[in-house]
Amino acid sequence: MEKNLDFNAPHSMGTTIIGVTYNGGVVLGADSRTSTGIYVANRASDKITQLTDNVYVCRSGSAADSQIVSDYVRYFLHQHTIQLGQPATVKVAANLVRLLAYNNKNMLQTGLIVGGWDKYDGGKIYGIPLGGTLIEQPFAIGGSGSSYLYGFFDQAWREGMTKDEAEQLVVKAVSLAIARDGASGGVVRTVIINSEGVTRNFYPGDKLPLWHEELEPQNSLLDIWGTPAASPEPMRE
Amino acid sequence: MGYKFVILRPYCASPLTMVPYVTGTSVIGIKYKDGILIAADMGGSYGSTLRYKSIERLKAIGKHSLLGASGEISDFQELLRYLDELILYDNMWDDGNSLGPKEVHSYLTRVMYNRRNKFNPLWNSVVLGGVKNGQKYLGMVNMIGVHYQDNHVATGFGNHLAVPILRDEWREDLSFEEGIKLLEKCMRVLIYRDRSAVNKLQVVEEWVVQSIAKITEEGVSISPPYSLKTFWEFSAFKNPTAGAAGSW
Repeated sequence: MEKNLDFNAPHSMGTTIIGVTYNGGVVLGADSRTSTGIYVANRASDKITQLTDNVYVCRSGSAADSQIVSDYVRYFLHQHTIQLGQPATVKVAANLVRLLAYNNKNMLQTGLIVGGWDKYDGGKIYGIPLGGTLIEQPFAIGGSGSSYLYGFFDQAWREGMTKDEAEQLVVKAVSLAIARDGASGGVVRTVIINSEGVTRNFYPGDKLPLWHEELEPQNSLLDIWGTPAASPEPMRE
Repeated sequence: MGYKFVILRPYCASPLTMVPYVTGTSVIGIKYKDGILIAADMGGSYGSTLRYKSIERLKAIGKHSLLGASGEISDFQELLRYLDELILYDNMWDDGNSLGPKEVHSYLTRVMYNRRNKFNPLWNSVVLGGVKNGQKYLGMVNMIGVHYQDNHVATGFGNHLAVPILRDEWREDLSFEEGIKLLEKCMRVLIYRDRSAVNKLQVVEEWVVQSIAKITEEGVSISPPYSLKTFWEFSAFKNPTAGAAGSW
């Protein structure tokens, strides 16, 4: 047991991250748990990080590695935007992330999902798993919690969803993963990016649906049992 | 596939402890009467998970060559960048000459072997085929630099399952239809017996035809993704334990 309470263990975002395209843009979603071994170091982290006004990245794996990669890419993209004279495209952002991920593949332990909107290609999602493969997908899932979502998405994903359908799908999926993955938890955060701009949403535990064997949260047992007059049956021998 | 480096911690500064992450499985290539045919499925496995099912592992290189890769997909993507640069510089000479499949194969062999010598391999096995000036060429290179040419080549599991079939059934004068059927026979076996195979594949062909007027036409076509039907209706499959209850 003592081995598990290693507070100097690397911070890892066990994580569930998702990016889906819809008819008009993209929706990115993530849980909010950052764990150090068995301890939850941050129960309300923000794993959806801004790279530019129109491109965000979902981070999973090592917290340090994913933070440093997104910091570098934000820095490069800032310069690129100045030189280009217009917003960077999602493809460029994704390729910069790939460059760092691929060329440092021996040292990095982070899987990323880059998503955004630009005027040339509209809403796009790029998955960049361990190793630095760059793969454009209509939707992407990542992190330890994603293992529980392959079957769900095989069944529930459709092309051409509306913004609300896409966001509901993402929230449902992250919530399902949190239910089964010990390394995912906390709140569900979503970021919607389209031609009109960026919207951040926040779904705390009580706003999420309940799944198998989960119970409605209560303030106290006393609310269930009511007054002493209605106390439970005495225990039998 | 089976090359094990000492893996204590995959995450360290030295490339001596490389591991592949997202991998493609077998590629099969054959020569046929009018050119080259190469087939590969569209799967990208992440360990035992069949994570990606739309990865194109077959690409046309320059005017004359076809490349099919198995192994780590990120390294395949990097190989494509190397080849892009090679073809670009070749085009910039603007001298009417262009690199043929033999030259590209040689280039790839040098790249793969030199990386291997530095203990920083590109974790791939590639099939390189093409036609130039009517001459058909088909070769293979792998991550340690082993390279050869033949009338039929395969990578990964294809070496064990497809090559024996090809050795038995390949002929110099295979027509296009016969070639496709032969490749599909091999791919079907791989779908049955290779755990990392995905039933969604592409075939690329390069063809040269000399018409009656002695005009040579060349072309490259990549098929759309498609799936093969599989057969499960053997009575022994329906009643596997008929002969010995409790067995499998």
